[in-house]
Parts: sequence; structure tokens; C-alpha cells
Amino acid sequence: MNDMSKRLGQYGLIVLVHLGVVLIWHIAIKVSEIPDYVMPTPGATLMSLGEDYGWWHNTVITGMEVYGGYGLAIVVGVAMALIFNWFRPVETMLMPLMVSLNMIPKVALGPLFIVWFSYGVGSNILISFSICLLPILLTMERGLKEVDPDLIDLVRTLNASRWQIFIKIQLPGALPYLFSGMKVATVLSVAGAIVGEFIASEEGLGYLMMQVQVTMDTAAMFMGVLLITLIGVILYFFVLLLEYFVVGKTNAVN
Amino acid sequence: MSQPFIHLSEVRKTFKSKKEEFLAVSEVTFDVEVGELISIVGPSGCGKTTVLKILAGIHSYEGGTVRVGNDEQTFNPSKDIGMVFQQPLLLKWRKILDNVMLPAEILGLPRKEALDRARYLLDMVGLHGFEDKYPNELSGGMQQRTSIARALVHDPKLILMDEPFGALDALTREKMNLELLRIWEESKKTILFVTHGIQEAVFLGSRVIVLTSGPARMADNLLIDLPYPRTLDMKTHEAFGKFTRHIYKHMGMN
Repeated sequence: MNDMSKRLGQYGLIVLVHLGVVLIWHIAIKVSEIPDYVMPTPGATLMSLGEDYGWWHNTVITGMEVYGGYGLAIVVGVAMALIFNWFRPVETMLMPLMVSLNMIPKVALGPLFIVWFSYGVGSNILISFSICLLPILLTMERGLKEVDPDLIDLVRTLNASRWQIFIKIQLPGALPYLFSGMKVATVLSVAGAIVGEFIASEEGLGYLMMQVQVTMDTAAMFMGVLLITLIGVILYFFVLLLEYFVVGKTNAVN
Repeated sequence: MSQPFIHLSEVRKTFKSKKEEFLAVSEVTFDVEVGELISIVGPSGCGKTTVLKILAGIHSYEGGTVRVGNDEQTFNPSKDIGMVFQQPLLLKWRKILDNVMLPAEILGLPRKEALDRARYLLDMVGLHGFEDKYPNELSGGMQQRTSIARALVHDPKLILMDEPFGALDALTREKMNLELLRIWEESKKTILFVTHGIQEAVFLGSRVIVLTSGPARMADNLLIDLPYPRTLDMKTHEAFGKFTRHIYKHMGMN
């Protein structure tokens, strides 16, 4: 009971802080008389939802790009980490390359992707994917290695198979690392999709923002940013939820 | 005359680095009877752990003979070894009971009986009521008790302990020494106990194998004819001091 009310109090605080920011935003604009086209009030931002910008369609498109790229990065990143771990020569050969690739600012590849794959949802998924892949691959790869050699010796004296070592020791031990990589990747996946839309597209929230920018419709631009953020927040929330159920409180990294 | 349970004769092991060979173990010769508790003592780098790992089948060796098991008690190296290391090496995502179950799972022992045995062993090591806790909820001493229960769960014939109490504070260590003697008498296992603590070696062992470093070799096989059950005040007896002084001399300390 006490625990419950404590938690409710925490959530209450989070909501209050956010509402506080909105309130300060509103008051600041009213007091300073900043013109609407520079900075809209929270009310004006919200009102823009009522106008016909195709919010729903554009949000769905951007959402598909973000979640598609992110999901693909998890599947490919985890698979590559497993292959690296199981076939050490492959790792020795490719890991240095992966570390170099990680240094490329992936958004700089955006224009190239569009040349190669044309513009649209598909190439934006690829941009989002390429930016998320390495943090997921690198953390998972690291996590699979984090096993005490003495523990391996211990189970080897019991003739443990490679599969048993993997499923009972390596994989559960690697999950907290994977989740830390997945959390970093949530922010990146949103950035990747939006950059793709900025470069060339005909739908999505990034595209919409470029359109309304011409008319200095800052209220709609603000709404665009809020919806993009919301896509990211929902993703992050699901990752936290998944982490809670899969990893629990006891298996966090240190 | 029947053969001893463990027989090591002139065992020799070198580690090769790129440039030179390093002699880790040489001239190690000793026998162990069923149900004995033997201490192996020596300074760090004298090859104590290597001897243990040779017995466990983790390390190979170049010269001499190693034989475990006799007519009276057969020995299956993939089922009959229990190991305890300096670190408890518990899986932090598993409850205490499930940690103890690990060897039984790897060996594919019948689950129900293994669970009963795991509970019985947790009682024996004084952890009744902690079955559903996670490792991070237990003190260092309790974690090490868990790892002792884990080493016993598959009912192995030989327990190998590598400085199991080395990471504990002095007082907990003394308590654990008494506990180990009790567990040994209750379980009637053959135990090889590696330590660099001379007092600990003499207090626990019915015999003490003394190894020296530079060059690595076996210096003594000392019979400790103090009666069991041993008590803490034996440490102040004249005989106890005689044994420890004798070992200190081997280490070049007078």
C-alpha cells in the first residue's frame, strides 16, 4: 500500500512537471508578446490539430519508418552478434570494420540511400535501421562475452553443451546489455526517419514540417515535433516495459 | 592393498607463452583416500589452482600420472566433480534455489528429486528460507554457502575448492571454516581445498600439501593429526603452532 502510493506520487510528479513547462510556455508568450509566427502558444499548437494537415496519415507513415527501422535493427543486430559470438574468426575479421562503420555519421548517408533506393518509406526505414544497428550489435556482442571464465570451467566439468551454456548462462547475461543498446537506439531511430523525410519524401511528419515551414506556420511545426517525440516516447516506453518483464529488477547491469 | 581414490604422481605442467616456457607445476605426488579433506597451500603463482584444474579435467598436463577413482568408488569425470571458486559465480537472474539447481539441470537429473535435494542442501548450509531470494539480496558469506550447496546438488564424489573463502572478511571466514567442517562431516565427501592461508589449511585438512613457487614444486605432504571435530581453541594449541611454523619454513619465512 505504501509502495503503491509512493509510486503514484512519482507519476503525479512527472505529470506536474510536464504541465508546469506548458504553463510557463503559455505565460511567457502572453507576457512577452512574441508574435504567433515566431512562437505559438500551447493552445494554438493544439488547435492546429483541427486543421487539415493529414496528421493521422503522416504520423502513421513516420511511425512505420521509425518502428520498422528499429525492429529491423534489433533482428539483424542480434543475429549478427550471435554469429560473431559463435564463429570467432568472423568476429576477428569483421568487428574492427563494424567499429569503423560506427564512426560514420549515418545521417550523412541519407542522400546516398535515396539515390540507391529512391525516396519513400522503404529508404527511410533503411536510414533509421542503419543508425540503430551498431549500438544494438555492439552492446549485444559485448554482453555475450560477459561471462566469468571460472563459471564456464564449472559447467564444463559437468560436460555442459555449448547450447546449454548459451541458453542458461550467456543469453540471460547478455540481455541487460542488449536493453541498454536498445534504449540508446530509440532516440536514434526517430532521428534517422525524420532526416530521411527532410532530405526527400512526399509524406510523413518530417515532410509535413518542411511544407508548413514555407508559410511560417509554427503552430503546425510545433505539433509536428510533439508527434515525432510521441512516437519516440511510445517506443521507449515499450522497451522499458519489455525490459521489466524480460530482465526484471534483479538482472540489471551491475 | 587397495588403490587410493586419487593418485597423482610426478605431475608436471608448463604454460607456453610466445617466447618462453613457464613451469607451473612439477613433482606433484600425493594420494587422497575417499572422504578425506586435504588442504593444498602455497603462495600465489605456485600452481595450486593448476593442480585443481588438472584434477577437474580443465587443464591438460605433460608429465606424470593422474588417476581418480578406484574399485571401491568409481569416478565419472563429467558427473562427479563439484567446484567452488573464490567468487560465488551465482547467476543473478536466478533465485537461490534455481542457482543450486544449475548442475542438476545441465546433467538432466530428474527435476523433482533434484529440487528436494537442493532444498535439503540449502537447509544444510544454513539458508533455509532463502530459496526464493536473489543473489544480490544475500551477503557474501551466504552467496558462498549457496555455491557450496550448488557444488553438492548432483551428489558428486569429489569437491574441488579454490580459495572459496578468500574474498570474505576474517570473521566470516572463520565461521565458514567451521561450517565447512560440519558440511564435510555430514556429507562425507572427498574435498580438496586450495588456499594461501596457512592457518586455514592446517585447521581444515587432515593433511596439508605444501607447494612452493619459483620453481614450482611440491615441498611437503604434512599429516595433521589433530582430532575432528576441530574447534577454534585448537588454534592456540602447541601442536597447531608446530604445524604452521613448519609450513612457514617451507615458504622461507621464519
